[in-house]
Amino acid sequence: MASASTLQKLEILADAAKYDASCASSGTSKRNSVGGKGIGSTEGMGICHAYAPDGRCISLLKILLTNYCVFDCHYCINRKSSNVARARFTPQEVVDLTLAFYRRNYIEGLFLSSGIVKSSNHTMEQLVEVARILREEHDFRGYIHLKTIPEADAEIVHQAGLYADRVSINVELPTDSGLTRLAPDKNSGQIEGAMGKVTSDIAELKDARKKFKHAPRYAPAGQSTQMIVGADTATDSDIVGKASRLYDSFKLRRVYYSAFSPIPDASAVLPLKRPPLIREHRLYQSDWLMRFYGYKPAEVMQATEADGNLPLDIDPKLAWALKFREQFPVDVNRATKEQLLRVPGLGVKAVHKILASRRHRTLRLDDVARLTLSITKVRPFICTVDWRPLLLTDRADLRTMLAPKTEQLELFSA
Amino acid sequence: MTMLPAAHADSFHVVHLPAADDFDFWRDCARALIQAQVPPDRISWIEPGGSGDLFAQGDHGVPALTSGAPPVRANRRFVNLARNAALHSDPERFALLYRLLWRLQENPGMMEDKADDDVRKIEELDKNVRRDSHKMHAFVRFRLVEADEAEGGDRYVAWFEPDHHILRANAGFFMRRFANMRWSILTPRGSLHWDGETMAEGPAAERSDAPQGDPMEDLWRTYYASIFNPARLKIGAMLKEMPKKYWKNMPEAALIPELVAGAQSREAKMVEKGALEFDERPETLAAIDKAISACRKCPIGLLDNHAVMGEGPQDAALMIVGEQPGDQEDIKGRPFVGPAGQLLDDHLRTAGIDRSAAYVTNAVKHFKYVQRGKRRIHQSPAAKEIDTCRWWMESERAIVQPKLVLAMGASAARGMLGKTVSISNARGAPIQLEDGSELWVTAHPSYLLRLDGAARDEQVRLFDNDLRAVRQRLDEIAQRA
Repeated sequence: MASASTLQKLEILADAAKYDASCASSGTSKRNSVGGKGIGSTEGMGICHAYAPDGRCISLLKILLTNYCVFDCHYCINRKSSNVARARFTPQEVVDLTLAFYRRNYIEGLFLSSGIVKSSNHTMEQLVEVARILREEHDFRGYIHLKTIPEADAEIVHQAGLYADRVSINVELPTDSGLTRLAPDKNSGQIEGAMGKVTSDIAELKDARKKFKHAPRYAPAGQSTQMIVGADTATDSDIVGKASRLYDSFKLRRVYYSAFSPIPDASAVLPLKRPPLIREHRLYQSDWLMRFYGYKPAEVMQATEADGNLPLDIDPKLAWALKFREQFPVDVNRATKEQLLRVPGLGVKAVHKILASRRHRTLRLDDVARLTLSITKVRPFICTVDWRPLLLTDRADLRTMLAPKTEQLELFSA
Repeated sequence: MTMLPAAHADSFHVVHLPAADDFDFWRDCARALIQAQVPPDRISWIEPGGSGDLFAQGDHGVPALTSGAPPVRANRRFVNLARNAALHSDPERFALLYRLLWRLQENPGMMEDKADDDVRKIEELDKNVRRDSHKMHAFVRFRLVEADEAEGGDRYVAWFEPDHHILRANAGFFMRRFANMRWSILTPRGSLHWDGETMAEGPAAERSDAPQGDPMEDLWRTYYASIFNPARLKIGAMLKEMPKKYWKNMPEAALIPELVAGAQSREAKMVEKGALEFDERPETLAAIDKAISACRKCPIGLLDNHAVMGEGPQDAALMIVGEQPGDQEDIKGRPFVGPAGQLLDDHLRTAGIDRSAAYVTNAVKHFKYVQRGKRRIHQSPAAKEIDTCRWWMESERAIVQPKLVLAMGASAARGMLGKTVSISNARGAPIQLEDGSELWVTAHPSYLLRLDGAARDEQVRLFDNDLRAVRQRLDEIAQRA
């Protein structure tokens, strides 16, 4: 069934797509294939159908329609001047592949992106065509994520949102100067303009659905974006600032971070050394702090060190707590939810459990220990009926006591 | 906790469940037993195939529901958790559920007390079952069995081994997803068959009942191998979400050991392939000058700086190589004009070497620095950067064709030799180069600037010795010519 050329094309075009971090398939409208002609369902929670040895979830068939490109962005493996192998799928081939994988329960749906061929409009039309065939001809009700090309006409981009669950436009780099330098064909004004247009389309059609039952759904899983970390000199402060501006102005569902990784045939403007993966992890943690823990962007920035970067050895929440020790210890039997959420080692779930339990009993340290993963991490920052950290929060060596003892080994250090 | 007065406290009840996942049956029994005030330790719950309590001698079944008895109370939170926890393979689960229900009658809010042992236990069971269901949604792999329309058409068949009794509870998920497909899921605990209209249950199956392969699996494996980024190996994260016990039924998992083993070499190859990609060598110094200002082949070229070209006569017999331009050199656009350059000039004069007759250049053409306030602080170039920039110095050397090259400092020596050498070992004697010229290695003058006292005197002496030796060799070479 699988011809040699399909295999080769898939190899090239999947390989080229792996630098997109997002593989989310969650948060879209609930639907299923009962009563339809095709297959597919989305039930709120995304499903990771496999995990690759890089620890990342494989939820969607993530490929490029083609990796030919007329742009010359230095960080991108598919840039014009790179001599990687090129390939191109027809929209029908992508449709067949998606359905064949979906039927065997390999995937939740499709994440389709593309290099720019001929023109931005032509490329965008091809992407939309794939989604159209899937939705209209095959009544496919699984998840579709379309990467949108900011340079394409607004009308075609609008079409994408009518078929896709999620649309995304990559801001690529946290600073405008980085973008000018590394992605000479792109323009941050255009990118943000396109994001703004998607935001207003989503809002408009959401509004229309309140009034008209049959108004079309528009990108029910919202829009997201991706930033590359470590390819330019932007600090974590810059990145967090940029991300929070994006969340605010475009109501993004997610900002993804992708640690720049050496790509085959890389442009030499890029550092050959990768930024430590842990940096990307710390940025995600800070993203979580803003989205679920009630930290303001400025507060996350307070957790950064003198060079504007988050510490790598400890997580940003602990870093913040160590800087603002006067806020601790927090009394778990009395503190507000907001205060509890600031305690290093207490997650959202643990906080909810504490809030529920303390209505029934006065919590002792043992009780808290049962509700959390590691009491040693939490202990210096809380008090209970039978526990008070006394001078612990004033100790100068608290950071060393709490930082993980093992260091991440550089796997590939020369 | 005070017990309710127990009417049946002295009797013992053995309840046989018709199926391991029959929550509704348990609920009906439990309701009657609570009403009859049978305490938890007087009941033994036995699922099909289970032996139950060995000492359970009682033969009382379930008391009939009495009409006048107080209603049994259970909140939604408990029922939701219990319905899921009942699917767990733990043989104690029904006893736990009954114990919780018993206690709930006295303390209706107890489900919120997350620190309670029984509450934690039921949440644990619920969590395990939810995880098992989730993994079933994720890791079931259908294989196509082709058939004619007469036999009903193609059917997709999967073999899966769940940890708990979750098969029936998850029939709806697969039905909603693949409503218009004919499929079967076979497990060691039973099987499900959907024909597009009705769901049928079948007996337990064996792995050999399921098809052994599918032509699409080659494509899927290709996808799996290609989407994996070898530059970011995180095996722990993978194992946490996809434990090995699932691997045997997933076609792509067979590739994992190979991908992990190959990752390191693949990344090395990626970096190597990306590093050097130069066009033809420029033929004149002016062409090099032009090319280096556009060079972005290493990250130093990205900083706010200017390329600094070597200077001196094109037929110079001596080529002097330093590390990289500094702050002053970057501003003035000429090599060795800063403090280290001035020191070098002094020592050259002492040794009797005419700088204006030498071709002076650097191993790295751009200034590498970090910004500290208003100052740009020098950073040593990395080995990789020196190796990348080596192309330019070699091009210069090919045009100038010096008889003798003086490399000052470890970076310059690496630029000339392509490997790192120790200055103290390499200095004092010529190293033959391939084109017949010779290389002399000495310290970088800025090293002398950083030293004090006796150490400095010693290094200055060695430096002057090296320069004198170079001078002597130059004279010999000139005489020979």
